[in-house]
Amino acid sequence: MSDKAYMVPNPPTPNKAVEFNPEICIGCNLCVEVCPTDVMMPNPEKKKPPIVVYPEECWYCGGCVEECPNPGAITMLHPTQQRISMNWKRKDTGELFRLGMKNPPPPNTRPPSG
Amino acid sequence: MTTWHEYVQRNGRVPEWPYPVNYGKVNEVVTDVLVIGGGVAGLQAAINAAKKGVKVAVAERGHAKRSGAGGAGVDHWHGACTNPCSRVTPEMYTRACYDSMQGYTGGHVRYIITNESWDTLLECEQMGIQIRDVNDEFKGADFRDEETKLMFAYDYENKHVIRVWGYNIKPCLYKEARRLGVAIYNRMMPTNLLTEGGKQGGRVVGATGVDARTGEFYIFRSKATVIATGGAGRLSFFAPEITASGSMSDMNSAGVGQAIGWNAGAEFACMEGSGPGRLIGLAYAPYSMANTHNTYHGTPIVDADGKEVPWADVFGRELKTIEERFLPSEGQDFILGEGIGIGPYLRQYRSNDLSRDLVERIRKGDFKLPLYADLSRMPELEWRCIWGMMVGNEGKTRIPIYDTMTKAGFDPDKDMLQAPVMPPEGYSHSNFWSAGINTPVNVRGLGGGGFLLDWDLRTNLEGLYAAGSTIFGGGCHGESHTTGRYAGRHAAEYAKTAPEPVADPRQIEAEKTRAYAALQQDKGGNGWKEINAAIARIMRDYCGQYKNELTLNLGLRLLNELRETELASAYASNPHELGRLLECHSLISVGELVIKASLERKASNSVLDFHRLDYLEMDPPEWNKLLPIRQENDKVKVRELPLDFHLKPPYADSYEENYQKHSGV
Repeated sequence: MSDKAYMVPNPPTPNKAVEFNPEICIGCNLCVEVCPTDVMMPNPEKKKPPIVVYPEECWYCGGCVEECPNPGAITMLHPTQQRISMNWKRKDTGELFRLGMKNPPPPNTRPPSG
Repeated sequence: MTTWHEYVQRNGRVPEWPYPVNYGKVNEVVTDVLVIGGGVAGLQAAINAAKKGVKVAVAERGHAKRSGAGGAGVDHWHGACTNPCSRVTPEMYTRACYDSMQGYTGGHVRYIITNESWDTLLECEQMGIQIRDVNDEFKGADFRDEETKLMFAYDYENKHVIRVWGYNIKPCLYKEARRLGVAIYNRMMPTNLLTEGGKQGGRVVGATGVDARTGEFYIFRSKATVIATGGAGRLSFFAPEITASGSMSDMNSAGVGQAIGWNAGAEFACMEGSGPGRLIGLAYAPYSMANTHNTYHGTPIVDADGKEVPWADVFGRELKTIEERFLPSEGQDFILGEGIGIGPYLRQYRSNDLSRDLVERIRKGDFKLPLYADLSRMPELEWRCIWGMMVGNEGKTRIPIYDTMTKAGFDPDKDMLQAPVMPPEGYSHSNFWSAGINTPVNVRGLGGGGFLLDWDLRTNLEGLYAAGSTIFGGGCHGESHTTGRYAGRHAAEYAKTAPEPVADPRQIEAEKTRAYAALQQDKGGNGWKEINAAIARIMRDYCGQYKNELTLNLGLRLLNELRETELASAYASNPHELGRLLECHSLISVGELVIKASLERKASNSVLDFHRLDYLEMDPPEWNKLLPIRQENDKVKVRELPLDFHLKPPYADSYEENYQKHSGV
């Protein structure tokens, strides 16, 4: 744990809008190129994931994820106050689920139509 | 590592701006047709102008591959009246829109849309958008025509609304525009229109802009110009930290095209009209929760104990079967469908809906919250079409909802999607996720007003055309494609015979000075967000649901105050902030336009949801008219125009005759 602290403004709300997986992201910046509102900017270090600079300007179109050549490199995250409301209930068991829960059920792998 | 905060705390320094900054560097672009705004309307305008063989440039605020309100996709296409299965004619559809709005929508625009909507969609199919069930996924479904493989929404009898797989519609348009040699200038913040002699009301000969990544200055000289910049989503509410930018329009939606049009002397209609700001973003993630509206039309809703909420037709008769939810009732001509930029619907065209006593029955304890969507109570093809076809292709649903929710384990075979938990009256509108009840009454969405156009979709200014949701009578997604297509081809025809564009150097110089003013300021001034929030406050307070002459004038005074004080001393740290700050100038211009239009209508009006406390009488007949408004020598000029002006001299008295004369096909 580092004890070095900086004077920085509070994290913006929402904090992220998108999240990068540095293991998968190759820093190609295609997502940066198509984002309509410049939510993220290229990393000064080549081949590193972009930096989210203006998360509050994201409108959650998901275009960055569609553009990404390496699935899993970028994930779109709705603001937590919206994720907390995306709930569903299993009909036969009455179990409650929500987007972002601790122990999520296995993914439903059915692709969308088209 | 993802965020700026992480970067700063890891590296102990702030990252430098990643793009070369060249404030003041001038770039000149000379073209036949300039399209301002590269959303679906703008790219269609560009594509169709280019097809006419002229040189075309697009100035786009974001990146044209995915930008604009329609850039994130579309799942159903309205007004395709000339498709081979349709039982609705363009004339019937136009009258349904016009009569529902009691005349307060451009009948000529609606007619053009419904005449060409299907042709436009066929062209989209050529560009690579799936518009038919070519994989036979829905073979045998009630909503599918077996011969054409077209699939319909809302009204399975009249078949004029087509379900489409439009998640990739914008990349397809973008590719086509590139193929046709359209020059696209992304990240372009337009600052003004150039007019002949720099004169308000003069022929439009181009525009100026600033690149929001490099800060470079652009001068576009064009023989014809098309404005397709959408509306001003940030005008009456600005809290992106809460609203996630907005449900239906992104941060770039600052009314820039309307602002520069207004300042150049273009004429507008119905800018005084507004409605509750249901889609301003004080809501839940779009399409993420149970509801029965639009994309989710027909979805069964049950309460916490599994008790199903009944459906009823517009006359209050209970609908016993799922099939009936998609058919017009006795007494109805046809069902128009939702999401076409229409406020009130006449009963003969309105959709079937959840029983109107739902609110009352929740209040009485008849239905226990929370409510759920139980999709699998429908025939399988119906619900798989809603979840997987429509949710999956509609804007902001493929990645944000379908991909996100299925990866998280949501499976409509087994699971029910929850509706928001709200006070009972929150359920009075079937679009539960938009939670209109959360929006304060003074937060208004501008609706339906815009550039007043003629049968060529030209403004009152020579050389200036407009398309998409920025125009009076424009509609939503498919409508924007179609008006873009029509305006683009008319702009190209005009450009073929128009003189070379000559811009006034004094106008360019003045514009350049104005555009960069914020860079000269001391950083002790305000930033753009502070200004935007103040603009929105003025609009909410002084031009909210209820207005009077005095409050409207006070609002005008305050907008001007803001421009001359806080905005005049505001600063921008980089080209991005400069772009946003310039948008604040646009927002103030649109605010002034709205307030000035409001001052001219000295009567309350129910269709425009326009309430004058100093003119309380609702809908006095002598005020049933349009009040087109423009500026001349910076003075407001207003005239009166009958609601059906498009069928009066100098035009012919029938839709068809006018269309034949003007369409150019």
